[in-house]
Amino acid sequence: MLTMHAAIIIPFIVAALIPFLAKRLKTLHIGWFVLLVPFGLFLLLTSYIPMIARGETISQTIHWIPNYDINFTTYLDGLSMILALLITGIGTLVVLYSIYYLSPEESLKHFFVFLLLFMGAMLGVVLSDNILVLYVFWELTSISSFLLIAFWYHRKKSREGAQKSLLITVSGGFAMLVGFIMLYVMTGTFSVQEIIHEIPKYTNHILFLPALVLILIGAFTKSAQFPFHIWLPDAMEAPTPVSAYLHSATMVKAGIYLVARFTPVFGGEALWFWLVGGIGLLTLFWGSFNAVKQTDLKALLAYSTVSQLGMIMTMFGIGSAALYFGYSTESVIYTQATFAALFHLVNHSTFKGALFMVVGIVDHEVGTRDIRRLGGLVTLMPITFTISLIGSFSMAGLPPFNGFISKEMFFTSVLHIGELNIFSMDTWGILFPVIAWIASVFTFIYSMIIVFKTFFGPYQLGKLERPAHEPPLGMLIAPSVLGLMVVGLFFFPNVLGNNLLKPAMAGIFPTFPADRLDVEIKAWHGFNMELFMTFGVAAVGTLMYVALRYWKGIYRLAPEKWTFNELYSFALDQLEIRSRVVTDSYMTGFLRDYFIYIFLFFSVLIGGTLIYTGAIDFGISSNAPISVYEWILAVVMVVAGISILFAKSRLTAILLNGVLGYSIAVFFVLFRDPDLALTQVGIETVTTVLFLVSYYFLPEWQKENTPKRKKGLNILISVSVGVVFILLALAVRSGKLFESISGYYENAYKLAGGKNIVNTILGDFRAFDTMLEVVVLLIAGIGVYSFVKSKSKKGGHNIEDQ
Amino acid sequence: MYKSNDLILRTTTSIIVFILLGFSIYLLLAGHNSPGGGFIGGLITASAIMLLYISYGSETIEKILPINYRLLVPIGLLLALGTGIGSFFFSVPFLSHTYGYFHIPFFGELELATAMLFDTGVYITVLGVTLTIILSISKDQ
Repeated sequence: MLTMHAAIIIPFIVAALIPFLAKRLKTLHIGWFVLLVPFGLFLLLTSYIPMIARGETISQTIHWIPNYDINFTTYLDGLSMILALLITGIGTLVVLYSIYYLSPEESLKHFFVFLLLFMGAMLGVVLSDNILVLYVFWELTSISSFLLIAFWYHRKKSREGAQKSLLITVSGGFAMLVGFIMLYVMTGTFSVQEIIHEIPKYTNHILFLPALVLILIGAFTKSAQFPFHIWLPDAMEAPTPVSAYLHSATMVKAGIYLVARFTPVFGGEALWFWLVGGIGLLTLFWGSFNAVKQTDLKALLAYSTVSQLGMIMTMFGIGSAALYFGYSTESVIYTQATFAALFHLVNHSTFKGALFMVVGIVDHEVGTRDIRRLGGLVTLMPITFTISLIGSFSMAGLPPFNGFISKEMFFTSVLHIGELNIFSMDTWGILFPVIAWIASVFTFIYSMIIVFKTFFGPYQLGKLERPAHEPPLGMLIAPSVLGLMVVGLFFFPNVLGNNLLKPAMAGIFPTFPADRLDVEIKAWHGFNMELFMTFGVAAVGTLMYVALRYWKGIYRLAPEKWTFNELYSFALDQLEIRSRVVTDSYMTGFLRDYFIYIFLFFSVLIGGTLIYTGAIDFGISSNAPISVYEWILAVVMVVAGISILFAKSRLTAILLNGVLGYSIAVFFVLFRDPDLALTQVGIETVTTVLFLVSYYFLPEWQKENTPKRKKGLNILISVSVGVVFILLALAVRSGKLFESISGYYENAYKLAGGKNIVNTILGDFRAFDTMLEVVVLLIAGIGVYSFVKSKSKKGGHNIEDQ
Repeated sequence: MYKSNDLILRTTTSIIVFILLGFSIYLLLAGHNSPGGGFIGGLITASAIMLLYISYGSETIEKILPINYRLLVPIGLLLALGTGIGSFFFSVPFLSHTYGYFHIPFFGELELATAMLFDTGVYITVLGVTLTIILSISKDQ
C-alpha cells in the first residue's frame, strides 16, 4: 500500500543520502547509484499501466494536518500516469546522460541532490490530489529548478537566469496559491476530485472567475506562456541535462498538467477558453517567430519549447469548449483536441529531450553551440546527426515521426474550432487555423536551421575549440532511446493512446461516457485539409529557409529595447530605485522627523476618532469652581511653558522647567495630595540638579537653522497634539460611565491598618506595582553607573570625543 | 584633604543634616498613617548625605561614611521582595500584608505592619539608587 507516497518520498530520501554516499564512493560515479531511483520508479509505475488502462484510479491518503483538511492524498489516473512516466522515464535517461556529460570534477553530489529533489517534487505535483500539498511540491520544483539553473554559480549569467526564473515562477505560484484558497473558500475542500464534484454549484460565485485567473497565472508562469516566457531562454545557462529534463520535458509541463487537471473545474467557461486557447496561440506564434532569429542552439530550443507549449495549451483551450455543451455528439469533436494535446505532450517530451541532448553532445564535443561557428558535422558525427534529424523533423511535423501525427491532429482541432458558435468564435475563429499555420511554418524553418546549419555546410575547424568526433557511447544511449520512441510512436501511436491517453481523457471529461472519448490515431488519414496544410508548411517553410538571409532583416525592425526582457530588467531596476527613493524619503535618520510621524499619527488617529464618533461632547457646568490660586498657578505655568520655547540659553530653559515642576507640586498641595507634593518637590529638585550636572557637559545651545516652513509645520503639529489632548481629556472627564472604585480604599484603616490611603495603596493594596517600580529604579541606577564606568574604562580614548 | 573656608556652611550642615535625617526617618515611619513613606524618606536621606558631600568633600565623607551605596540597592530590593515572598509561608497570595497591635515596653501600644517592611525596602533602594546615580555622575571626569 501507499506506493504512490513511496514514489514521491524515495527521491527525497535518496537525495538526503547522496552526500554520505559521495564520500564513501570513490571509484564509482555517484550517478550510477542515482540512476536506480528513476529507473526503479519507472518500472513500478509501468506495473500500474494495465490497471489504469482499465479505467481504474488509485487514491491513497496519509493524514498530515487533518484538522485543516490538509492531507497528503495521492491520486493516480491516466493524466498523472502520463506525467509520472515522463518524469521517471526521461529522468532515467537524463541521469544516464549526465553521468557522461558532467566531468567528475564538477560538484556532482550537489547536482544529483538537486536533481532528485526536483524529481520528487515533480512527482509530488502530478500525483497529489490535495491542492495545498500540490502547491508545496510546486514551490519545491521552483526552488530545485533555481538551484539547478545556478549550478555553475560562479557565472553571472547563471545567477541572473536563476533569479529571473525564480522570481517569475514563484510569483505565479503565489497567485496560484491564492486561487487555491479561493477554491477552498467556495467548495470547502482541498481535494481536486471533490472540487470537481462540488464546483458546478458555485460557477456563479463571486470568487469563481478570480480563482480561475489566478490559477491560470500560476500555470502560465510555470509553462513559460506569453508574456511570462522570458525566463525559459535565460534558464538555458543550466547544464544541458537540466535543460533537457526540466526545461523541455517536465517542469514546464507542470503548468500544462495544472491546466489539464483543472479543465473539469473551469472548462466550459468562456474566460478559460479564451485565456488558455488565446494565450496558447499567441505563445505558439511568438515562440516560433523568435526561435528563428536565435544563434545559440539552446536558446533556439528554448523558444521552440515555448512555442510547443503554447501549441499544447491551445489544444487544451479548444478541448475545454466541449465542457460548455455537456455531453453530445457534436461536443465530442472538441475532446479530440484535448486528446491531441495529451498526445503532443508526450511527443514533445521525447523529441525535445533528444534534441537538447544532441545539442549538449555538440557543445560537449566541439566546445560551442553557436550556429554561426558550427557546420559540416554530418560526416564526423553521424549518429548525433541521425538523432537530431529525427528530432527536428518530428518537431517540424514531418512523417514518419510522431510530431507529424500530433501536428495533423492539431490542425484538425483548429479547423473545427471555427464551427463553434459560442464565445464569439464565428468571427474570431478563423484566427486559429491561420496563426497555427503561420507558426508551423516558422517551426519548420527553425527545425531546418538545427539540422542544416549544424551538420551541413563548411566544417570550420578554426572556429571550434576541439575537433569534432562522436561522443562516448554512453552519451548516445539516452538520445537514441528517445529517437527510437519518436519513430516508434509514429508507427504504434495507439499503444500509447489506448493505455494512457484514454484513461487521462476520462479524468479530464468526467461527465462524458468513456467509450465516446476514444480516438483512433491514424498515421495516414487520407487527402484532406490537414494534409494539404502540412504540404503548404513544408513548401513555404523550405522556400523561406532558403531565402532566410533576405528576410532576416524583419527581426531588426523593432528596436532592441522593445523586448520583454528589457521590460523585465527595467521593471526590476525601477522597483529597486523607486523603493529606495521612497524609503529614503521618510527614513531620514533624524529623530525629529520620526517624532513628526508619531505625533501626526496620534493627532490624526485620536482626533479623527473623536470627530468620527462624535465624542467631542463635554460640559463644564458640573465642574468644581476654580479658585483664585489655581488661576494664578495656571497663568504662571502657561507663562513658564511658553517662555521655554523662546529661551536663549539652556540654563534659562532648565530653570523654567523647574518652575513648571514646582508649580505642579503646589497644584498637588492645592488639590490636597501631600504625598505627591512631597515626592514631586524631591524629584523635581533631583531632576533639576541632574539637568545642571549634564548641562556642564553639553555643547553650546545653538539657534536651530530650521527653515520657516518646517517651523510652521512643527508649530502646527504641536498645537494639534495639544488640542487633541485637551479635547480628549475633556471628553473623558464628562463621560463617566462607572462609579469610581476609590470607595473601597476608604476602608484602608480596617483592611490594612493604615490611615494614609495613598501609602496603603502603594505599599499594601497594590504593592506589586511599587515593587516593580523599585526594580525600574534599580535598572536606571545600574544603567547610569555602568554607562559612566564603562566609558572611563576606555581610558579616555574615546574616538567620538576627538 | 579638601580645604576651604566654608565654615558657615559646614557648621550649619552638621546641624541641618541631623534634622534632615530625623525628618526622613519620621517620614518613613509615619508613612502608614500620615503623609510620607519609603520613597520620599529615601529621597530626603539621600539629600542629607549629598549635603554632607557638598560641604565636606567626597574624600572626607567616604572616610566617615564608608558605605557602598550600590550595595544598598539589592539589599532594599531583597527586603521588598522578601516581604512579598514571606506571605507564601502563610499560604496567602504574594505580597499579602498583615498588621497587628502589640504592647511593647517603653513605647506602649504600637501597631506593627508588614507593609512597613516593604516600605523600608523601598526606602533603602531609593536611597541607594539616588546616591549611586549622583555620585557616579559627579565623579565622572
